[in-house]
Amino acid sequence: MENNAQKKDEQELLTVSSGEMFQPYDWSVGKFGSKFLHELKENKKLFGSKCPKCGRVFIPPRKVCGQCYVAMDEFVPVSDEGEVYVCAIIQFGFVDPETGKQRPVPYGYAFIKLDGADTCLTHFVDSVDPEKFKVGARVRAVFEEKRKGSLMDIKHFELVD
Amino acid sequence: MGKRVAVVGFGQTKGRSSRKDVNGVEIINEAVVAALADAELTIDDIDAIVIGNMDHFEGINYVDSWSVEGSGGVMKPIFKVTTGGTTGTTVAMCAYYHAASGMFDRVLAIGWEKNSESDTTGAIITAFDPVWERPNLGGAIAGLALEASKYMDNYEVTERDGARVAVRERLHALNNPYAHLHQEWMKGMEVDQLVELLVTSEQNQVLAYPLRMSDMCPRSDGAAAVIFASEDVAEKIAPIPAWMVATANRHNFALAGDVDMDRNTTMASASKAAFEKAGIKEPLKEIDVCELYLPYSYAGLKWMEDLGFCGYGEGPKLLWDGVTDMDGELPVNPSGGVMSSNAIGATGLIRVGEAAIQIMGKAGTRQVPKDVNFALATGFGGCYWADVMLLGKKKPA
Ligand SMILES: [Zn+2]
Repeated sequence: MENNAQKKDEQELLTVSSGEMFQPYDWSVGKFGSKFLHELKENKKLFGSKCPKCGRVFIPPRKVCGQCYVAMDEFVPVSDEGEVYVCAIIQFGFVDPETGKQRPVPYGYAFIKLDGADTCLTHFVDSVDPEKFKVGARVRAVFEEKRKGSLMDIKHFELVD
Repeated sequence: MGKRVAVVGFGQTKGRSSRKDVNGVEIINEAVVAALADAELTIDDIDAIVIGNMDHFEGINYVDSWSVEGSGGVMKPIFKVTTGGTTGTTVAMCAYYHAASGMFDRVLAIGWEKNSESDTTGAIITAFDPVWERPNLGGAIAGLALEASKYMDNYEVTERDGARVAVRERLHALNNPYAHLHQEWMKGMEVDQLVELLVTSEQNQVLAYPLRMSDMCPRSDGAAAVIFASEDVAEKIAPIPAWMVATANRHNFALAGDVDMDRNTTMASASKAAFEKAGIKEPLKEIDVCELYLPYSYAGLKWMEDLGFCGYGEGPKLLWDGVTDMDGELPVNPSGGVMSSNAIGATGLIRVGEAAIQIMGKAGTRQVPKDVNFALATGFGGCYWADVMLLGKKKPA
């Protein structure tokens, strides 16, 4: 009864939903990003760019080394194997803004230092076992059968014994 | 060098998980009205406004003009600044620079967020590179779990150490009427008992191993406003103004995969620059209180080391020794910090406001039991970037 009396005085507070909004974009990836995605799609090969000043190899490749502030123009091959630099096992559910759907949990997520690169590729790892999937673990890229020219042409990384 | 500038007023709303009784414009207004009352000023006294939030959370992209009726910006210069997690501290810096320029005497800084209006993790992901990061990013929780994995591996830090930070923040929050989380059940329990409970309770869900619910900040609706005044008027407005002593900010990398996870290099560089400018050589001894943007528990260990309060790997010892508790040598986050209230665009500005009221002696039940000559506020955001602001009681030379 008390609740009803309250409702008479106070109307329910409302929110208005944005609905099924969808705004597509076409992002330029430039010469460097295009090289990376072509090689990934067609040859299952990974490439970085090398700074002529500090010698660091950046993956994904890009035009400018921000640390030295000089242009890079050398593509160098990077291994599809490497080491887990940092990792997490994601167990909370959330809406993936790329798909609008709940991302399936749990899953492994890591920054991976590929052999031959100085920066990390961020990606999924096919393990949720904290005993095996940890800092320093060796991993290898698993490629999609049908590749479209996107970072997700790498399906995920798997642990290497 | 510009004019000397001080904080002369601060207002904030109580953090809540959802404020359906107000829209964004109205929650901004609550904080502004409170700040003006605190400084005993009216909106007519304000010469310029700097406002910020993280647009992704509400999907409103022209906040400066959209909120003008609530902010008090009608027919005034108003500027929007947004830098992700650091937005609140960057807003404070810009308001400070406006007052220091000599062109505006009283500048109002506003930070706000209604995190209830969207999926926080989803919105955070849209702040990152669409091609190289968004497809697999897991928002702030995942990113911070990554950092924790490295820190724990490097220094043999345990979940108990992380939980001890959470306990400090939540106990401090009990003294702050504006904090979102008031975990009353913690009252009267021993620290060790609380730590044990947090690391063993099944209710304390693992979000992203090694982080549990208690290791993370909440998502809140809230707003804050801070009034900056130039030296020409500051002492007329506030009996004890909180002077801006030094400020610095640092950005390093663009892509998260480039970040050096061994150390928080931006926080280290920004704080070193600020301390040098202020002539501070021993931060632990010379700084009296901190309001740090610690979004998760392990930041309260590792980043203390990067700020120079102790050596690498010594964060846990500093914590367990009680140095950072309310009655310790360096109380950290008397407000309960970000882990007790996190309306993201307001969060950094609340750190600045809370640091200021410790100097002004207006912190009420959360006032630290010691003289405050220097108070440190920080901001943290996105790809590990850092804002640092040092406030002082003494008018700078
Ligand atoms: Zn370089």
